[in-house]
Amino acid sequence: MKRFLAVTILPFLTMLTACNAVVMSPSGDVAAQQRDLIVISTILMLIIIVPVMLLTVFFAWRYRQSNTEARYEPDWDHSTQLELIIWAAPLLIIICLGALTWMGTHLLDPYRPLDRIAPGKLVDKQTKPLQVEVVALDWKWLFIYPEYGVATVNELAAPVDRPINFRLTSSAVMNSFYIPALAGQIYTMPGMATKLSAVINHPGTFEGFSANYSGAGFSGMKFAFLGLSDADFDKWMAGVKAQSGSLDRNAYLELERPSENDPVRRYGSVDAQLFTAVLNRCVELGKMCMDEMSSIDAKGGLGLAGINNLHPLEYDKYTRRGAIFAPPATYVARICTTEEEARMRVSQPLLSPRDISPVLGAGLPRPVSAPLFGAPRRPSNS
Amino acid sequence: MSSSVVHENSATPTFYVVDEHDHPEGGSTMFGFWIYLMSDCLIFAVLFATYGVLGGNYAAGPSPKDLFDLPLVAINTSMLLFSSITYGFAMLTMDKGRIGATQAWLGLTGLFGLAFIGIELYEFSHMIHEGATPQRSAFLSSFFTLVGTHGLHVTVGLVWLTTLMIQVKRYGLIAANKRRLMCLSMFWHFLDVIWIGVFTFVYLMGMLR
Amino acid sequence: MFDNPALLKAVFGRLTLESFPYHEPILVGTFAMVALGGLALVGILTYYRLWGYLWREWFTSIDHKRIGIMYMVLGIVMLLRGFSDAIMMRLQQAIAFGGSEGYLPAHHYDQVFTAHGVIMIFFVAMPLVTGLMNFVVPLQIGARDVSFPFLNNFSFWMTTAGAILVMMSLFVGEFAKTGWLAYPPLSNIGYSPDVGVDYYIWALQIAGIGTLLSGVNLVATIVKMRAPGMTMMKLPVFTWTALCTNVLIVAAFPVLTAVLALLSLDRYVGTNFFTNDFGGNPMMYVNLIWIWGHPEVYILILPAFGIFSEVTSTFSGKRLFGYTSMVYATVVITILAYLVWLHHFFTMGSGASVNSFFGITTMIISIPTGAKIFNWLFTMYRGRIRFELPMMWTIAFMLTFVIGGMTGVLLAVPPADFVLHNSLFLVAHFHNVIIGGVLFGLFAGISYWFPKAFGFKLDPFWGKMSFWFWVIGFYFAFMPLYVLGLMGVTRRLRVFNDPSLQIWFVIAAFGAVLIAIGILSFLIQIYVSIRNREKLADFTGDPWDGRTLEWSTSSPPPAYNFAFTPVVHDLDAWHDMKRRGYTRPLEGFKAIHMPKNTGTGIILAVLSIIFGFAMIWYIWWLAAFGFVAMLAVTIGHTFNYKRDFHIPADEVIRTEGERTALLAGAAQ
Repeated sequence: MKRFLAVTILPFLTMLTACNAVVMSPSGDVAAQQRDLIVISTILMLIIIVPVMLLTVFFAWRYRQSNTEARYEPDWDHSTQLELIIWAAPLLIIICLGALTWMGTHLLDPYRPLDRIAPGKLVDKQTKPLQVEVVALDWKWLFIYPEYGVATVNELAAPVDRPINFRLTSSAVMNSFYIPALAGQIYTMPGMATKLSAVINHPGTFEGFSANYSGAGFSGMKFAFLGLSDADFDKWMAGVKAQSGSLDRNAYLELERPSENDPVRRYGSVDAQLFTAVLNRCVELGKMCMDEMSSIDAKGGLGLAGINNLHPLEYDKYTRRGAIFAPPATYVARICTTEEEARMRVSQPLLSPRDISPVLGAGLPRPVSAPLFGAPRRPSNS
Repeated sequence: MSSSVVHENSATPTFYVVDEHDHPEGGSTMFGFWIYLMSDCLIFAVLFATYGVLGGNYAAGPSPKDLFDLPLVAINTSMLLFSSITYGFAMLTMDKGRIGATQAWLGLTGLFGLAFIGIELYEFSHMIHEGATPQRSAFLSSFFTLVGTHGLHVTVGLVWLTTLMIQVKRYGLIAANKRRLMCLSMFWHFLDVIWIGVFTFVYLMGMLR
Repeated sequence: MFDNPALLKAVFGRLTLESFPYHEPILVGTFAMVALGGLALVGILTYYRLWGYLWREWFTSIDHKRIGIMYMVLGIVMLLRGFSDAIMMRLQQAIAFGGSEGYLPAHHYDQVFTAHGVIMIFFVAMPLVTGLMNFVVPLQIGARDVSFPFLNNFSFWMTTAGAILVMMSLFVGEFAKTGWLAYPPLSNIGYSPDVGVDYYIWALQIAGIGTLLSGVNLVATIVKMRAPGMTMMKLPVFTWTALCTNVLIVAAFPVLTAVLALLSLDRYVGTNFFTNDFGGNPMMYVNLIWIWGHPEVYILILPAFGIFSEVTSTFSGKRLFGYTSMVYATVVITILAYLVWLHHFFTMGSGASVNSFFGITTMIISIPTGAKIFNWLFTMYRGRIRFELPMMWTIAFMLTFVIGGMTGVLLAVPPADFVLHNSLFLVAHFHNVIIGGVLFGLFAGISYWFPKAFGFKLDPFWGKMSFWFWVIGFYFAFMPLYVLGLMGVTRRLRVFNDPSLQIWFVIAAFGAVLIAIGILSFLIQIYVSIRNREKLADFTGDPWDGRTLEWSTSSPPPAYNFAFTPVVHDLDAWHDMKRRGYTRPLEGFKAIHMPKNTGTGIILAVLSIIFGFAMIWYIWWLAAFGFVAMLAVTIGHTFNYKRDFHIPADEVIRTEGERTALLAGAAQ
């Protein structure tokens, strides 16, 4: 039986010496807190697991058939005290773990704006978070920097210690946006927007990728995430801005087509409405945006008159092969112009879901307590 | 968990049934069929849930108000409800062993069922003709699927009913046939209950949306 | 004729010469091997004139024991296929480094991991679990068969039909390239226009009918057919877990049927349930499939828990500790199985409160599970433990499963899941519980009940070989994956850049090789045992000093299981009978009423394969034929009223007389 234990523990020991277990030694504060939760939960559970494993081996050895000295009570099958213990012990652990989960889940909710950038270092109210809009394409990543009006493909950069707010969507199928060194992952899904708040605390180049299988080019769907000092970030941004390429709607539709192992691309300018259009699946001029559609639907649709407001669909990722028993594929035609839509979005955001983050405690000051794990990883500037 | 209770009570326990009779065939049929119905009910639950989620997504197309014809659906509902009543009479006459009357009531049930299917098909073809096809919006997809699945069940019920009428004619009201009629009875009333859900949830609430 | 595309299309649908992967050497090689093996098998069966025997005694049999054994054979055959996929993946991931593309192109590799998942869950674990339940449950409750014997045969053949469709996809067309749950939009017609997803849908739908009906059947059997005196709280624990599992099947599989039906409507009719446009919602699919998918893992693990309970109690020579809490733990797990599905997609942005709710319900499941582990532990306490194979598997399970349980609870903490979701850590976790729990349980069950099914024990030497290679191989194969998960490696990747990962993948591949030797040893074990069956024979019917009713009858049991229906007084009924001086009745036998064999099940299954194949390939005339034929056969079957017969008293007397002689021989 000892062989079991040795085999079980050995890999974990080796693992500790391995230097590149990025999940265990991340460079972003969010990922670091997630790592802490992993460690605490594991220790909590080991309180039960280790005795169980030891008892298993011990009982198996002690009460083996050849050991006739051990007591043998073939009819002993009940003990209220023991039963109480065996239900209560896991229950207590789970109560602790449950409390930890409830707190951790709310504090580390990817939608919650960051309130600290490192242990003991609160977010400066003056710093504006870096906004990044992420689009998962087949099979590459598009990053749009709305404040700077630029876009990149398969390369993402952010200044160290400045909160980043990601808004993410996907062009066709589900992917998951994951930079292990930075923060936990979040899915990117077509027609839906997800959010992620994170901060990078160390400069460096980190790997980012899709963590949800999305088709043939999935393995190559990687990007470099650059954590840069403020000065380096400005330099990098200036370099991107100097690029002549412009990502307008047509260029996006070209880019969207499936391709594998794409090189890094930089666009010095980008259509300001592009992300909204991708999210609402209306980059193609003439196609009705989803937000417009849902506000029409909320008012009861367009009635019988709207039935035939369709255009034939010519292209959707592959040459469109529709269902065998369906008429040729179509899409719903736009009824406003792009400009009208843009104006409408400014004046009255179409059907934005009610923001309930205040109800959940987002933005409230974090309870003050000593950090559970060690000192801050980097000396603070203040 | 004490095992000693039995020991005292039965000094000379019997460990096997000596005087055993044949188990009546189909002793657990009703129970088994009931479990099957519950699993079928879950299929409808999924379809209802799907309709609940997608039922408002008209894709800038028509909504229930534009499409549903409540008086027609009311007639349709009454067809199905009447068929349940007539099936009830069929079961009553079956209990009395009157083959002719049972067959007549079963036939009437089948006619009501056919009328129901006919009206539903008319409704569907009318909608499709207007362009409100299952492909037009998620609302229409879930509507056609939910109502269509119910209709498919009624159709299966009709095939089953016909088969049973032939079997009753050929073999009479023997125990096996009675059991089968009981099963179909449960199935038929079950579809009635589902339809009441469809009528309320899809048609009535759809008009109120 | 061959130059008229419209006609070709009408006759063959989208099936063309190009659909046969004759240009892929791996597949051609596999096909050659399968074909040669198949021909050899057919040849042997024909040479020994076994076809009639097989048809009469097995294929058309409605005997729950034979159906159970056929399920087991199906599961083991499919294990070989599913494991070949596993080895291919391990090899690809071990070599695809530093610019090497490995040996599998994406379109092949993506099918391999999809097929591996689908086959292992639906066509290995499910048949093995169902097979054991089918074989054991009626014996344990003192019944002569299940409630609906014909349905049982039909269920088996439908499951087999699904398996055959999956196997066909290997040589005709291709399998899904979507991952084993086929999330849309990827699985929708726009992004997966090929036949793969259709194979997936129809194989699962057809097998699903079988699973659902067998669930209904076993629930009815356990509720309605228990021997007199066997109250619910005197039910053997394995039967309790079987009851809960089948309740889960009945309550979960309709959801799978419905959601796959909606996906096929999207793919065939162009509806918009899970599409991106026209108001469709892919998240609906993810929710619905996991409402089935999570209970599914409990469907697999609960019977394994039951097996461990039986084995621990028997081989410790002791009553099971805490029977009542064991039963309640099982029931609690059954109910909670429905309240945790969202933990499979914490990372889809459900919001913190929803995530914590599902995270905490998931953790709560570990409480009854933990209680079960303690119950087994205290069953061993003050026992006399015999380390026969089933008990060895149980100890290995207890040590392995707690690790899987721990990582499972870890994954239930949403912030931890955000970094571990879809990683190789997750892959290691669920293999840890499915191999360490379900599979070890099945092996324990197989070696425990094998003598009951065939009248001789399994060879212990090769059994121990298989045991050690499996257990050590498991640790070598999956502990590295835990590490890789913590290194931020995600699953389903085909090629890698970082060379420091390679060593871990090589270790994992080595583990897979060890498991391969374990599987081989298992097959050798069966062969050797059959060869040495005289030496390994057991005439008592009770080789392990068992405690439940199945050990009271002969091995293998007669068609009617029990000449007289047993009467139950205590939880461990057979142990109680032995202790209180039960003597086997030697006279007074009567004719026994039994159901008759029928070929309808296999005919319907063949027709459903034809129907499914035609639907996959758009061969409408054939689909229509298959459908109408199925309907006709079903209706025709209902016109057969003579479904039972009596085993004459003479035959019962003769069978029981033989057993008396054997028992006398064994006693000497």
